[in-house]
Amino acid sequence: MTGIEHYLSIFTKAVFIENIVLAYFLGLCSFLAISKKIDASVGIGLAVIVVLTITAPINWFLWEFLLDKGALVWISQDFQDTDLGFLKLIVFISVIAAMVQLVEMFMERFSQSLYNSLGIFLPLIAVNCSILGGSLFMVEREYTISETVVYGFGSGVGFFLAIVALASIRYRIRYSNIPPRLRGVGMAMLLTGLLSMAFMAFSGIDL
Amino acid sequence: MELFNSESKKIVSDPINVNNPISLQVLGICSALAVTIRLDQAIIMTLAVVFVLCSSNVILSLIRNYIPARVRIVIMLSVIASLVSVVDELLKAYLYDMSKQLSVFVGLIITNCIIMGRAEAFALKHGPSKAFLDGLGNSMGYGLIIIIVSFFRELFGAGTITLPDGGAGYVLWSIPDSWYAAGYENIGLLVLSPGAFIILGLVIWIQREFAGVEEDA
Repeated sequence: MTGIEHYLSIFTKAVFIENIVLAYFLGLCSFLAISKKIDASVGIGLAVIVVLTITAPINWFLWEFLLDKGALVWISQDFQDTDLGFLKLIVFISVIAAMVQLVEMFMERFSQSLYNSLGIFLPLIAVNCSILGGSLFMVEREYTISETVVYGFGSGVGFFLAIVALASIRYRIRYSNIPPRLRGVGMAMLLTGLLSMAFMAFSGIDL
Repeated sequence: MELFNSESKKIVSDPINVNNPISLQVLGICSALAVTIRLDQAIIMTLAVVFVLCSSNVILSLIRNYIPARVRIVIMLSVIASLVSVVDELLKAYLYDMSKQLSVFVGLIITNCIIMGRAEAFALKHGPSKAFLDGLGNSMGYGLIIIIVSFFRELFGAGTITLPDGGAGYVLWSIPDSWYAAGYENIGLLVLSPGAFIILGLVIWIQREFAGVEEDA
């Protein structure tokens, strides 16, 4: 399976069928906290797309050339049996924290308007599970570099779609008569459940 | 004994009930749902979180006077990531089946907001013994909720109750065949992702009724 269809299939799978929020429960903390406002949701959605698309390939290179078993053979054959896999969590999270910082500085310098709109959301993303989850899934599923790029971007788009959808629904039901103790997070969880059910209808689509 | 006065008791019991990290502070939901398909996964995950949260709180509290405020996030992340790596390796060594089932979600304890949140809000401001109790209380509060959610998901979704053992899990009780013969059916939806969201939504609702907490919007 090569060619454009293969990548298209990974992309649709990441966006719809295996949506990182609705099917794998990743990034839920910011998903619930920020979906109160639509424009903030768009902001964090874009930030997740950017950071995920950048960090997943970087972590792929680190995994492939530094951490995986036998990954260090490009230095010398002596490292044939060296397995630094146990370091992956620490390496990945540092890369993510550093990248988030870099993206923030870069945006501040070159795109003031984008920086102002994303502002406080960028630092939050460092501890968003969807970013680390993206890298860990990439390792577990043994993606190639191009698949990783497509997967990272697709997962970001999936997060964007889910959070904007939930924010819109929450906006819509703002004046509904919900039992007082169910308001806020409780209702958001039930709505997410329904959204997730709706997204399940996409399963079985295979390009 | 400083450890057992009423204030210490409050530090442990508050997060289990009226200030529960999941249902009231809304932290750490990310990993909470993925591991609730079966009860044994939730129990192992709870143990992992108890270990990581208690040790990270104690370690960070011990070094709190030496951490410069500007780089505290990086230091917190590296302490937590090391502890999680230890748990991950231990699970791979002694509970291989379980570590395969939990897959990436053990690693994701790092980004579990409860751990960062408690480090930032409590451990960096209090002594080690209080920080330990706070970690214990919060991780038990987390565990309580995911154990409740997984109990219902497994019982009504798959019709079994599984406890952890060295291998693939010990089935404590399963719905007898005679029930199925009489027309009982499992609710397959509960095993899928929507079921997790809906059950957690209901658990949050019930817990807030007891705790008497309201939120606007």
